[in-house]
Amino acid sequence: MVLRVKFRKYGRVRFIGHLDVMRFFQKANRRAGLDMAYTAGFSPHQIMSFAAPLGVGLESNGEYMDIQVNSLTSCMDVRNRLNGVSVPGIEVVSVKILPKDAGNAMASVAAASYTVRFREGREPDFLRETPMEQALERFLCKDSIRIVKETKKSVRQVDLKPGIYRLTWDGEALHMLVDASSGGNIKPVQVLEALLSDYQEKLKENALWVTREDTFARVEGEGEQRFQPLDGIGMDDGQYAASQAREREKEGNFG
Amino acid sequence: MSDRLALSDDILMKIEKPERYIGHEVNSVMKNLRNVAVRFAMCFPDVYEIGMSHLGIQILYDMFNAMEDVWCERVYSPWVDLDAVMRREGIPLFALESQDPIKSFDFLGITIQYEMCYTNILEILELAGIPLTAVERGEDCPIVIGGGPCSYNPEPLAEFFDLFYIGEGETRYGELLDLYKRCRGEGVGRVEFLRRAARIPGIYAPRFYEAVYRSDGTLDSFAPTEEGIPATVRKEVEMDVTHTSYPRKPVVPFIKVTQDRVVLEIQRGCIRGCRFCQAGQLYRPVRERDVEMLKEYALAMLENTGHEEISLSSLSSSDYSRLPELIDFLIEECRDRKINISLPSLRIDAFSLDVMEKVQDVRKSSLTFAPEAGSQRLRNVINKGLTREDILRGAAMAFEGGWTRVKLYFMLGLPTETEDDIRGIAELSNEIAATFFDRVPKEKRTNGKVQVVASTSFFVPKPFTPFQWAKQCTKEEFIEKAYFTKRAISEQLNQKSIKYNWHEADASVLEGVLARGDRRLSKVLLRLHEMGCLYDAWGEYFDNDKWMDAFSQCGLDPDFYIRERALDELFPWDFIDCGVTREFLLREWHKALREEVSENCRQKCQGCGAGRFGGGICFQDRPRDGGASSDSGPR
Ligand code: SF4
Repeated sequence: MVLRVKFRKYGRVRFIGHLDVMRFFQKANRRAGLDMAYTAGFSPHQIMSFAAPLGVGLESNGEYMDIQVNSLTSCMDVRNRLNGVSVPGIEVVSVKILPKDAGNAMASVAAASYTVRFREGREPDFLRETPMEQALERFLCKDSIRIVKETKKSVRQVDLKPGIYRLTWDGEALHMLVDASSGGNIKPVQVLEALLSDYQEKLKENALWVTREDTFARVEGEGEQRFQPLDGIGMDDGQYAASQAREREKEGNFG
Repeated sequence: MSDRLALSDDILMKIEKPERYIGHEVNSVMKNLRNVAVRFAMCFPDVYEIGMSHLGIQILYDMFNAMEDVWCERVYSPWVDLDAVMRREGIPLFALESQDPIKSFDFLGITIQYEMCYTNILEILELAGIPLTAVERGEDCPIVIGGGPCSYNPEPLAEFFDLFYIGEGETRYGELLDLYKRCRGEGVGRVEFLRRAARIPGIYAPRFYEAVYRSDGTLDSFAPTEEGIPATVRKEVEMDVTHTSYPRKPVVPFIKVTQDRVVLEIQRGCIRGCRFCQAGQLYRPVRERDVEMLKEYALAMLENTGHEEISLSSLSSSDYSRLPELIDFLIEECRDRKINISLPSLRIDAFSLDVMEKVQDVRKSSLTFAPEAGSQRLRNVINKGLTREDILRGAAMAFEGGWTRVKLYFMLGLPTETEDDIRGIAELSNEIAATFFDRVPKEKRTNGKVQVVASTSFFVPKPFTPFQWAKQCTKEEFIEKAYFTKRAISEQLNQKSIKYNWHEADASVLEGVLARGDRRLSKVLLRLHEMGCLYDAWGEYFDNDKWMDAFSQCGLDPDFYIRERALDELFPWDFIDCGVTREFLLREWHKALREEVSENCRQKCQGCGAGRFGGGICFQDRPRDGGASSDSGPR
């Protein structure tokens, strides 16, 4: 069965890169004594999948990994065991059992929400003349928000506009919900760079303090209802027990 | 626990692999400063990934932190990118656990594993804000203490260290730290502490010794300058390697380091007595750990780290008497846990091939032989008891078992080496390739072909080996030998199946200069440090021209240090008693020149002197002579 593990990452471990977080959990799963499922072959690997990679230096309250286990004590027990062998700053929030037909964490990712603050003294200069609310209104009214995306292989223009689902300011921080799918992933820093470029400004060095709040999958629905946190589909211990009872009942009816 | 980091976010975001500097790895030890009397910073003067892979540090880290009032933390050389930032911004070097400046510690322990890290040691001191030379340091500085294999000739570094610990750390550190606490309680100053420390066995305090040189540059005398300071320092040995410190919970780095696995040290020392090998002499006598202890620790360490691989460590694992039992146990336990077993330093024979077939993917792995010399004659000189027949038989078995890749390790520039010996390297490589085509029928050749990789390193004579008297080749001689080898290989019938690699020659020469160097070389090291030399163990940062300039500016000639030494010459390291006697080494040097081999410790005791430690292999039953005899063994 597959478990969806939601965890937070904060403090100094922000500087641990995505691949090393994967390595961390491979070892943590062993230390925790989880009954992991492995791939076949000469060098077997734990069967696991991570949702959207988080950039180095970013905090998160909503990271996800799926792990496949052969047996399970309880979700609560897995959570406690993992936290018992973790380090400060990597904290498992919840563990849920995925229904059989659920896609893996990586493939399910559609969006992510972020809180973005400016580090002290690194706020954009335009704020001295233009309030952020006004700047955002103008920004979001544009037909397109074009930026140049540079990868190792190519340099191309992309339009951020369709991928920005929400962008607000609460007087201290920006809150955004943006595309995080593998095809259209938007980084908060790209949004901010685009915003500042309207004022012929560049972001100051290491200007942003970014927290990913949650990671979302796409479901039926309109507007923001289209998105549901990745653990929205899992079952906790109680829900799982109830579903098992229902199954037994069904079987009983047939028998 | 405070989450304060010594480096700002701005810096951490800019440098490579910030994880090297944040600490907080699984199993790293945090302590409450209120309960800590002695703070010990343990340093490996190279980058984190190398330093974290070193077993010795993990052992000492565990040992110190088991002491209630001692907190041992780790520090490594900042990589060149951070080094530049720290220098520019005046950020003091800090320890990973507390992130506190090194200068505020009581001790800075530096393990010295190879000569080419000496420039990094000076950089560590400088970044820490500790005066480079020991005599300049005041009461506000940590005691800088060195250890590790290079401390068996500490002289080139003598000026920079307050103390050296000669030998295995398990035995005397408790005593040394107790003395430190006592001295602090009595209000006794730094110099008096060092003076008293110098009387602890195994502790060498360079400032209380003076070296006098002759006009030809050789040592005339080397003696203590004060009453009560011992004239010789005997190495410390942990004789009970079973009931001693060994980490059950080694630190697990976030990033992938060189040794990303559980390491189980099965024994100390080596019975073989290869004449070029310093470790084989320094760590005598051989002491095996109890197999039950190893089994228990293996499981505990796997559980506590979550590593997916375990590796056995020793100079020659095949010589561990309970190896089959241990391996069977590991294979059994690791199968269900999906843990890989890696078995370095196994002699290739039916047993090891059988084991390797069980634990690794034959098609992907390669076999390693270390004949070290190309001809039987030269292998006799170096006392490497591996014959051409052994190698060809092993290779044939391996090829039949499906292996197609063989790695061969040789040395160039060994004493008495001739062109025939070098040609032997090419011929042996060729014969191995030929064995493949002989033994494996066409339809059974897994990858269709065989790959033999022959690598040569350059021989560097080391203190406390029978070759400590030998001449080392110059850079030009080394390079010529490498070309000769390359040509000889290209003339072989199967040359297409043979790949040849050789090491840098420049660095090998300098390694030899420092290995057999004296106190005067500290001037050169200081000069190199001023010139900005750093990470000289890394080919891309090593700059031979700077080294040559530094030598000439200091009026010293590298060639002086690589010359053949007179039989009665006083060596800078002679004041250290490493157990093995000078008479034994000289006897072996003469036997080498006569091309005579010596039996290993298990076959027949050679009376090397290490018997006086009173244990280990020297007192075990042998098939024939029944233990070290009274006149040749323990003295
Ligand atoms: S005394 Fe004999 S048995 Fe002991 S280490 Fe020396 S040679 Fe080997």
